[in-house]
Amino acid sequence: MARITREEVAHVAHLARLTFREEELDKFTSQLNDILLYMDKLNSADTAGVAPMTHAAVRGNAFREDVTTPSLAPGESLANAPDSRGEFFRVPKVIE
Amino acid sequence: MELHALTIHELQDKLRAGETTAADILASVCRRIDAVEDKVHAYITLTREAAELQAAAADAAIRRGEMEALTGMPIALKDILCTRGVPTTCGSRILADFVPPYDATVVEKLRAAGAVLVGKTNLDEFAMGSSTETSYFGATRNPWDLDRIPGGSSGGSAAAVAADECVAALGSDTGGSIRQPAALCGVVGMKPTYGRVSRFGLVAFASSLDQVGPLTKDVEDAAILMNVIAGHDPREATSATVEVPDYRSFLNRGVAGLRIGVPREYFLAGIDPEVRVAVEAALGVLEAGGARLVEISLPHTEYCLAVYCIVAPAEACSNLARYDGVRYGFRAPEGRDLLDMYKQSRSAGFGAEVKRRIVIGTYVLSSGYYEAYYKQASRVRALIRRDFDQAFTRCDVIATPTSPTAAFRIGERIDDPLKMYLSDILTISANLAGIPGITVPCGFTAGGLPMGLQFLAGAFQEGLLIQAGAAYETLAATGPLIARRKRERMPLD
Repeated sequence: MARITREEVAHVAHLARLTFREEELDKFTSQLNDILLYMDKLNSADTAGVAPMTHAAVRGNAFREDVTTPSLAPGESLANAPDSRGEFFRVPKVIE
Repeated sequence: MELHALTIHELQDKLRAGETTAADILASVCRRIDAVEDKVHAYITLTREAAELQAAAADAAIRRGEMEALTGMPIALKDILCTRGVPTTCGSRILADFVPPYDATVVEKLRAAGAVLVGKTNLDEFAMGSSTETSYFGATRNPWDLDRIPGGSSGGSAAAVAADECVAALGSDTGGSIRQPAALCGVVGMKPTYGRVSRFGLVAFASSLDQVGPLTKDVEDAAILMNVIAGHDPREATSATVEVPDYRSFLNRGVAGLRIGVPREYFLAGIDPEVRVAVEAALGVLEAGGARLVEISLPHTEYCLAVYCIVAPAEACSNLARYDGVRYGFRAPEGRDLLDMYKQSRSAGFGAEVKRRIVIGTYVLSSGYYEAYYKQASRVRALIRRDFDQAFTRCDVIATPTSPTAAFRIGERIDDPLKMYLSDILTISANLAGIPGITVPCGFTAGGLPMGLQFLAGAFQEGLLIQAGAAYETLAATGPLIARRKRERMPLD
């Protein structure tokens, strides 16, 4: 049974802000099905009463003193921008 | 022996004795790069001019009598570590022109220790891969056989060390990306405990798994680099405050009385018989050296890859959401509106493997699938961690093969993602559990390809890995073996 359909792959791609060509969509759907099928193996693990582990770090929050330290100058922050004007990043029109 | 063929500690001895200079060492490494880089393609960017200035500064420091841990040592950096003023591409089109305005903490530490930074090494795009074939800048080749992959994702760093195109290198390891290429290129590679080395300035792939670590010509060099890069960093929230020991103090302790756990699950089907035989022989050498072999079980081993295939993409799809063509990175010029600009930029900027993982990650985190995939994977991850906790009550370190096979051919697995992921089946568990691992060379296949022996230890027990690795290296005399093989078999000269 297919775990993920072509339409679902296209939808998830949209959520992730990606677009696929038709032949990419076919290939990815087939490859993702193989991978998801392999993941089914996890259902055979007995995890009753096991708390999820999302991180290997043992400590809690890492607090620091609330003091200002030097940060990047605007020119440095903008140096890698594909498109900037003055002290701003420029993007295509957002609101009609 | 040429200077470029020596280790950090050998070169430092020569510098201290006044037998050579940092400028001569760099010149030797540069000549080597000129001679072999066309064949190996270990680097994305070379920083020769800056390196010459650093070497001159190192020589000036030596004349003043100021030797730091890495003074004058030509070191390469995986191109996923931010370097101020030097492009940091992550092997991706989307960052092809990105020039960081700051240094990663580990880079700052190398500079402060007197290192000479020779360049940025090739990697699988965003460190996603096991062969260094998915780099936007082309594949790196294994110096032992140019038709084969060097492993990945730190394949450029491993190949550069193996081919003597640097003296040592840094890599990053999310599921084996330091240890697997180190094994396949016949060098030493260590993934430290999660939190041991700062991730500040390491471009994020999977934040609960990523660690920076050394790739070196021997275990002593790994200890030297660990002494420099380990330690707490207030700029990194998961950085550990645990005290850092002098890793060199573990070098000559031997293995007498050391309990070495041998997990039967790591010697099962899928392991190449030549690799199994080599690792079993290595265990025999350790036992003859006084170690006590303890049979152990890590019963949830079979789930490691499936857990990783969920956790790593889930974290990656969140981390890679930042590449939107606005603040830095590639922007497709043809976007009609903001949404279209995002889609065009990301679709043209990322390669196939990165897109595949973004889609998987987005899918397993989406509502309706989160419980079945991500949450179940996180529960099994806790069981994998528990396996190790229990195992380390019975042994001091665990020994396994590093990679199930020696280096495979370029192109062999690139269209079969699952088969590619299986390359990391023996290394992933350490990242999921957050524990440290080291690989040391343990001989060659009949075809002349290197193989690796992996040691794992409990959290913050890198010293035990140095101890076991250095002892094996001495007992098996791997140093002279590799030096001889390099002269006789490496197809570079």
